Amino acid sequence: MKRIFLTFILMTSLLLSVACVQKGNEGGTTNTGDTIKVGVFADLSGTTASFGQSTKNGIELAVEEINNSGGVLGKKIQLFVEDDQGRPEQAKTVVSKLINQDKVQAVLGEVASTNSLAAAPVAQEAKVPMITPSSTNPKVTQVGDYIFRVCFIDPFQGAVMAKYAANNLNAKTAAIFGDVQSDYSKGLSEVFKQEFAKLGGRIVSEQSYAQTDPDFKGQLTAIRATNPDVIYVPGYYGQVGIIAKQARELGMNIPLLGGDGWDSPDLWKLGGEALKNTYISNHYSVENPAPDIQSFVKAYQAKFGAKPDSLAALAYDAAKVLADALKRAGSADPQKLRDAIANTQNFNGVTGKITINAERNAVKPAVVLELNPAVNSFIYKDTIYPEGMSAPTADTNTNANSSMNMNTMTNGNMNSNMNMSMNSNAINSNAMNANTK
Amino acid sequence: MDTFVQQLINGLTIGSIYALIALGYTMVYGILRLINFAHGDVFMVGAYTGYMLAIHLGFASSPSIIGFVVVLFGSMIIAAVIGMLIERLAYRPVRKYSRMTTLITAIGMSLFLEYIFVVIFSGTPRAFPQLLPSDNYTLFGNATINTSQLLIFVVSILLMLGLQFIIFKTKVGKAMRAVSFNLNSAKLMGVNTDFVIAFTFALGSALAAAGGVLVAQYNPKIEPLMGLLIGLKAFVAAVLGGIGNIPGAVLGGLLIGAAETLVVGYGQYIGIPSTYRDAVAFAILILVLLIRPAGLLGSNVQEKV
Repeated sequence: MKRIFLTFILMTSLLLSVACVQKGNEGGTTNTGDTIKVGVFADLSGTTASFGQSTKNGIELAVEEINNSGGVLGKKIQLFVEDDQGRPEQAKTVVSKLINQDKVQAVLGEVASTNSLAAAPVAQEAKVPMITPSSTNPKVTQVGDYIFRVCFIDPFQGAVMAKYAANNLNAKTAAIFGDVQSDYSKGLSEVFKQEFAKLGGRIVSEQSYAQTDPDFKGQLTAIRATNPDVIYVPGYYGQVGIIAKQARELGMNIPLLGGDGWDSPDLWKLGGEALKNTYISNHYSVENPAPDIQSFVKAYQAKFGAKPDSLAALAYDAAKVLADALKRAGSADPQKLRDAIANTQNFNGVTGKITINAERNAVKPAVVLELNPAVNSFIYKDTIYPEGMSAPTADTNTNANSSMNMNTMTNGNMNSNMNMSMNSNAINSNAMNANTK
Repeated sequence: MDTFVQQLINGLTIGSIYALIALGYTMVYGILRLINFAHGDVFMVGAYTGYMLAIHLGFASSPSIIGFVVVLFGSMIIAAVIGMLIERLAYRPVRKYSRMTTLITAIGMSLFLEYIFVVIFSGTPRAFPQLLPSDNYTLFGNATINTSQLLIFVVSILLMLGLQFIIFKTKVGKAMRAVSFNLNSAKLMGVNTDFVIAFTFALGSALAAAGGVLVAQYNPKIEPLMGLLIGLKAFVAAVLGGIGNIPGAVLGGLLIGAAETLVVGYGQYIGIPSTYRDAVAFAILILVLLIRPAGLLGSNVQEKV
């Protein structure tokens, strides 16, 4: 039994490493080799495998673009991809392997906050910088000063939907239906609750589910009895589609609200028509006409035959932020690389301008999208900015337009441009870091 | 009131599924004194078989009664064959050793089935196609029942009646009862025990597969580990009703399903959060084992199979 299990793990990791080593250079078994080794851990076979696949695709696309334009520091980036099966303990194991066995210089991953939280201490202890593309739970980067993220955090996402519910949907009462096993869901629920109350709304029912629950009608029936205007369901796509379906079966046609965990091609298959009248907060919109976003969408579609979801976009940005930091650091020395990532300022990613703050989180706006099951895509509704960051006077799109050439990564000038703007902010950022310690 | 009725409907729906799977546990235990831990995974295999049949026979795109019946019986038959294979290849060779050996084999078989399906289908949840047009029927007030729920009730009742018929009115049923009384005596009387055991596995697996297809209609997400928790709860249901006892398994399943849903619906008023639904099933198991170790109906008066 154990042997079968081990063989299985061995086989998958073997297959995966073979699959991704193809792209990289041969040789280079030491840190001073001719490649820069980057570890990726993602759920490629578990219940959130669509997240992991998107993340892997996004990173591969970014690395391919970087390597095609000459790599960084005169070296190619070589990826080591590990499957953590969506399990926290496995995430910890594979990150240990990446760091101790493969000797990677940086780690990218995971999507689910629970898995990132399990793996982050390993990276922190080994002093290997880790960037999570899309774990939004605040605790993830609190693990230590080597852990970063390129997405916004839960408090913001929960607040965005509370604002949208109260201001745009005119909701007076709301029910919360969260995933009890996920740190992500708990974080979003908590902030939604506070923010919605602040805006004068009332939470009439709080229910939760486990990912393994065979049905959700029990909780939904209890929610129905309290008659809310909206239901906030900050879960993952594997459950929320079914939840929407069962809610509609119980005659509840009120708006359902969610977060970026809903974003997956599989959501449409599971939820279908029931996804009408649902809204989510997300990192970017694939419909955004800005040229740099569209060129990313096109490149992704050409390579993988599907539209990039926001997790793919964030993973792409995470890899690009890492490459940018490597260039600014001038070497793959962990300490220098860490400082360079921490000093990232106004990096133009496909998911918006990325600035890493003193808590090592990215400060950036969120978009609210309405789901349109008729054509399996999202309708852009609104952009909501974090407090202290006001909407730019010009449209974000035009903003992105002007900096498009910086983002395509084919332009050699880009580095010098970036370096200049970032160095000027470096001192500032360091001072802030010192304060928080 | 309509909320309570609704919760009861929800509870009995999921309870019927527990009952269908619990029957398989209880029959195998009755005959071999073996807790077949792989049974929950046969439920998963049934759901996947139904999925493959629906996709490849083209029933996925157009919901029809014929499609549903073909998928249901197709996956029951295939699961029955798989059940017999499991028995033949994994359990029969170790049957002569201690009961612990068979138990460990069963756990191994369970993990084997789970991970072989992860390898074949990957762990990504798949959406099970809608086989019958879905409708909501309002009973009164807000209480509604959905086609898939109705289906679960009707099909599971029919299957349980069918099982009752096989066990009490047919020759092989008589043999099953004889084997469950005493395997060696039955053998001495000329009963082909190997055949009876294989038949029992086939029957149990077919019921589990039916449960798999029905659940997949109700909650259209299938994944290789879906049988883990449902299987465990069905096992609890079998123990609650008195393991080895067929009406007990049905009663146990319905009770666990109803208890769980009522905890979800009303637990919060007495300080039990809705996520304790699983804890409740296992708390019931512990209580039953303490107070009535033989289970609710598990006395010697009842006919055991």
